[in-house]
Amino acid sequence: MDEHGFSAGLKAGVSIAIGYFPIALTFGLLAKTTGLSLIEATAMSVFVFAGAAQYISLSLIAAGVSPVVIVVNTFVVNIRHFLMTAALNEKMQPDAIWKKALYAFGITDESFSVLATQSGGRLKTSFAAGVIIISYGSWVVFTAIGHLIGANLPQFLQASMGIALYAMFVGLLVPSMRGNRKVVSLAAIAGIINSLFYFTGWLSTGWAILVSTLVSAIFIEYISPRARKA
Amino acid sequence: MGTWFWWMILGMAAVTYIPRAIPLTFLEGRELPASVQNVLKNIPYAVLGALIFPAIFFIQENIWFGVLGAAAAFGLAFMGANVMVVVLGSIAVLAVYSLIFM
Repeated sequence: MDEHGFSAGLKAGVSIAIGYFPIALTFGLLAKTTGLSLIEATAMSVFVFAGAAQYISLSLIAAGVSPVVIVVNTFVVNIRHFLMTAALNEKMQPDAIWKKALYAFGITDESFSVLATQSGGRLKTSFAAGVIIISYGSWVVFTAIGHLIGANLPQFLQASMGIALYAMFVGLLVPSMRGNRKVVSLAAIAGIINSLFYFTGWLSTGWAILVSTLVSAIFIEYISPRARKA
Repeated sequence: MGTWFWWMILGMAAVTYIPRAIPLTFLEGRELPASVQNVLKNIPYAVLGALIFPAIFFIQENIWFGVLGAAAAFGLAFMGANVMVVVLGSIAVLAVYSLIFM
């Protein structure tokens, strides 16, 4: 058996599939409470496949934010994938453009992490396909199941699962914060500016996240070369 | 939801796919200016900060529900738990809290 082929990719992707279970289930459930139909909720997972952006879109839809702002916000939230796929390009075996264009669809924070941290040399396209198919399958299937069973979950559990998305963000952020003051500053400054917008109501949620993210990222980049020279 | 919803999904799909596809296909071998690269590198952590705060405290009308959930999530994450354990653990803490106190 090819140990770095498709089935090895499926195996490496199982942890993502399990990790997506509560997030996708909660997405389906929240989509239902936001007023999306089963088809609408599942279609968003089928075509967009971006957890954070999908969650944010739900809260923005609920807040009555303009669809154009939701799309712009999705772009800002997902532009980080530009850097991830640029880094990943070095790790993947050269292959036909259409194959790379196909699996590019499945690069999320999680699949990127699994692929980028594989030891050894360049990764086969079939390995990436395995990782992506099992994570994507989990995301889509559990979105639909979440929407279907949503109303039948006990109220206390539905309320408790509201923390799932934020707990996921915390779980992604904290390991990078350890011993890294720059990461702590980036997150803290963006969080403080966003809180300012939240409490003053100067900007709507979508623009508030966009502006606080860019201000923090540019400000830290602006001051860090000085810190290096000092 | 109306027709706008499907146009929005189409737009979301396009703006999600483009940043994933361009470096893997068209930008191979080319380099962005260093300052742009550095700002882009900062964005994930800044986005996470803005996404977490202050929204994590307002998942319920009772702010202490969010504060407890945030404490559980940060506590588990700082202990080194993986993302899945952080997610399921925070849900479990809030579920137990709601069963007992609400």
